[in-house]
Amino acid sequence: MKSAVIIFPGSNCDRDMDVALKKFGFKNQMVWHNDQEIPKSDLIVLPGGFSYGDYLRCGSIAGKSKIIKSVVEFANSGGLVLGICNGFQILTETGLLPGVLLQNKYQKFICKNVHVKINNKENKYFKNIKKEILELHIAHNEGNYFCSEDEIKSLNDNNQIAVTYCNEKGREDEQYNPNGALKNIAGIFSKNKNILGMMPHPERVIDKCLSSNDGSFFFENLFENLK
Amino acid sequence: MEINEQIAIDHGLKKEEFNKICDLLKRTPNITELGIFSAMWNEHCSYKSSRIHLKKLNTKGKKVIQGPGENAGIIDIEDDDAIVFKIESHNHPSFIEPYQGAATGVGGIMRDVFTMGARPIANLNSIHFGSPQHPKTKNLLRGVVKGIGGYGNCMGIPTIGGQTSFDESYNGNILVNAMTLGLVNKKKIFYSKAAGINKPVIYVGSKTGRDGIHGASMASAIFDDKIEEKKPTVQVGDPFTEKLLLEACLELMAGKSIISIQDMGAAGLTSSSIEMASKGNLGIELNLNKVPCREEKMTPYEIMLSESQERMLIVLENGKEAEAKKIFDKWNLDFAVIGKTTDTKKIELLFDSKKVAEIPINILAENAPIYDRKWKKTKLPQKIKFNKDDFKKLKITEVLKKILSLPNISSKEWIWEQYDHTVMGDTIQKPGSDSGVIRVHGTRKAVATSVDSSAVYCYAHPLTGGKQVVCESWRNLISCGSKPIAITNCLNFGNPEKEKNMGEFVECVKGINEASKFLDYPVVSGNVSFYNETKDKGIKPTPAIGGVGLIKDYKKIVTMNLKNNENLILVIGKTEGHIDQSVFAINILNEKKGPPPVVNLFNEKNNGETVLKLNAEGLINSLHDVSLGGIITAVSKMAIKGKKGFKLNKPKVLINKFDYYFGEDQGRYIIEIEPKNLSKVQKILKDNSVHYDEIGLVAEKDVIIDKEPIIHIDDLIKSNKYWLADYMDK
Repeated sequence: MKSAVIIFPGSNCDRDMDVALKKFGFKNQMVWHNDQEIPKSDLIVLPGGFSYGDYLRCGSIAGKSKIIKSVVEFANSGGLVLGICNGFQILTETGLLPGVLLQNKYQKFICKNVHVKINNKENKYFKNIKKEILELHIAHNEGNYFCSEDEIKSLNDNNQIAVTYCNEKGREDEQYNPNGALKNIAGIFSKNKNILGMMPHPERVIDKCLSSNDGSFFFENLFENLK
Repeated sequence: MEINEQIAIDHGLKKEEFNKICDLLKRTPNITELGIFSAMWNEHCSYKSSRIHLKKLNTKGKKVIQGPGENAGIIDIEDDDAIVFKIESHNHPSFIEPYQGAATGVGGIMRDVFTMGARPIANLNSIHFGSPQHPKTKNLLRGVVKGIGGYGNCMGIPTIGGQTSFDESYNGNILVNAMTLGLVNKKKIFYSKAAGINKPVIYVGSKTGRDGIHGASMASAIFDDKIEEKKPTVQVGDPFTEKLLLEACLELMAGKSIISIQDMGAAGLTSSSIEMASKGNLGIELNLNKVPCREEKMTPYEIMLSESQERMLIVLENGKEAEAKKIFDKWNLDFAVIGKTTDTKKIELLFDSKKVAEIPINILAENAPIYDRKWKKTKLPQKIKFNKDDFKKLKITEVLKKILSLPNISSKEWIWEQYDHTVMGDTIQKPGSDSGVIRVHGTRKAVATSVDSSAVYCYAHPLTGGKQVVCESWRNLISCGSKPIAITNCLNFGNPEKEKNMGEFVECVKGINEASKFLDYPVVSGNVSFYNETKDKGIKPTPAIGGVGLIKDYKKIVTMNLKNNENLILVIGKTEGHIDQSVFAINILNEKKGPPPVVNLFNEKNNGETVLKLNAEGLINSLHDVSLGGIITAVSKMAIKGKKGFKLNKPKVLINKFDYYFGEDQGRYIIEIEPKNLSKVQKILKDNSVHYDEIGLVAEKDVIIDKEPIIHIDDLIKSNKYWLADYMDK
């Protein structure tokens, strides 16, 4: 399986993603933002970080970068695109995913482990995954997902809500919502489930000695599903 | 403009210093030259009050690749790997403008590290604020934490440790010390020493603006009522540009075109160019019209003294300019050939085709003033005779809960949750423990690091305090199973022109040195911050020690959280019950006098090394050092982390139970072991002549201390967890 990680100036989880993808079997390539074309891949990843400094709305400049056209084309032709953290923000900026990521409710950067519930397994990302709840890690200042009433209805109707913040038992109370996201949303799919954007970082939790090992389930499973 | 004494004094120079400049130059300097002198001769850059004392520091050791004098120190961590690290203060700017002050402090120290060819892999910080009741404290704390996070998070370097304290002596002068560790291949280290004549001098990074002009001089002055007016001297940080600069520099460093490289930190283009030339025993010629400027009509004076951030100066091999430029173009950074190295041994500046400055380098560097300032010794205070009857009305559990919720003891999660501490994917011990631990990427090795200071002890008796803080650092590294290797120090003190403050400095340095020698724990880098004084009130002496240790197999890391019911809890090291200057004495008994705990370096070393032996044998289940708040606070913190209870019984020693539980004797650790391992542990301890007490057991959730009523571990968790969050957000 081949994957490609796009590097924008200011991306800072690109290496971590590269390490994770390779650990679980992908042949990964790094692609620079000024390149026009993306090498043939089964999966494109937009990594976390602060693309172009994120001095404007997060992800807005990356959403208009040279490489992004190829990402959009790839996605529109059904290719798998995964956006983590800043990558999720970029996906909303390109319009590939609906909604927006606002500043965290408590106006602080938050770095900690969170639990998320997998809401839909009928897709390449989570099909056959043995867990219902994953312990992942968040590190962001703008992860407060928001969208219009019509959009949330459509997300619900099409089973597009991928993962939601919860406790270790799967309870989705407000107290387990770290950033104020609408309906505890931590990640969403595109309509046909080929695009996934999420705030938590699976690539930071891929070893028993790290704060969790649940990212391993995510990547292992994804690799198997793409085989 | 005619330069006279008054203008020199306005630049922070002393009258005698101005006369010395005129004598050395054999003429009066022009304004640009005066600016250069004031930048190079201020305390911050010249170390004129501290140098004779710093020279005595223990800076050598088997593992030391580079000691003080470079951008940062370097130690060997085996194979081809080395760690580059340093701590630096950004106190004055952070008080004036907390967000930018702290942010650029973090940016500056990271540049010091990647200038040497290392990729930064961890940040730490030591931050100290005034009393929580002081009207400025909350906003300063909020701003500093946001600034540190804002810069480090954007750079994608994890902030894995730190220290925060509150003390009214910082009411008018907060301390913000930032530390960075970088990883470098031993064979690919870059230095600032220029070599060769007619080599191109390259400017890369951000454009030069008017920000931060005279920042280093500001950092060498005491504060008065008009500090707000100094806001323009605080630099503005741009972490995004620094991230690009980091990647571009590392890309250029992978080739062979760099002769020397130096970041533009304090005193900007002035100190970086002079330092490179001085170390290479060369001259340097710069054409200031070539310097990329952000603002119009900048004068040579402004260009030379600007402290705009995210800039580097490089001496390249001839003919490599195009290759280098390509890299900086890729990263969208400015790149300009602004001069060359010469054989004149002078700094010569050209502007609009005229020579605007010409100064022999040795005058600026080697002939900078050195002062052997007068200092006064602090006598060891008399021990306090506590009235033990006063203790009778106290309950251990009640005192414990109070101590756990004190500003200086309570959890600092509110702070470190705002720092990205997991990016780079190698953090195996996050903040909130004895030290932060990161894997050396792609290897089985890990590096442990912590930063410590003990202003209360240093204030009571600087010599003991200086020793103690080095020992504390050593203990914190041992507490995660690492072997301590070396330290960096950030020496924060008051006004060196006052004998008392100067004495605190001299004796703390002496103490640091004694401990560093005995423990073979050399100082490889550091920084001095004097003049932490407002309206005649100085801070408590606060040397901050950043330590780095190595774990050869990261799977052997030991953590502090209590693990399993019925496991035994032991105190390693002898408890004498030293209460003076303890948290218990100061906060519960309201007694602020007395000597700090005695530091016995032999015991410190022996106990620490023995603990490492126990860990190497796989006999320790959890480990924590005993520091503020004594044995019971240490055990409680282990229990809080592990969400476990414990049962303690004071051993039959002739010490009052309060002295036993709350005393702050040095050189001690708490270990948790399995009952079946007790005899093995006892043998190793006896063979190494280490004193120990068996004091109790790990329990499920109940906390039972001697015969006091049972409490639940959640009570202690609650006491410890919320003070800071409530203080900041409620």
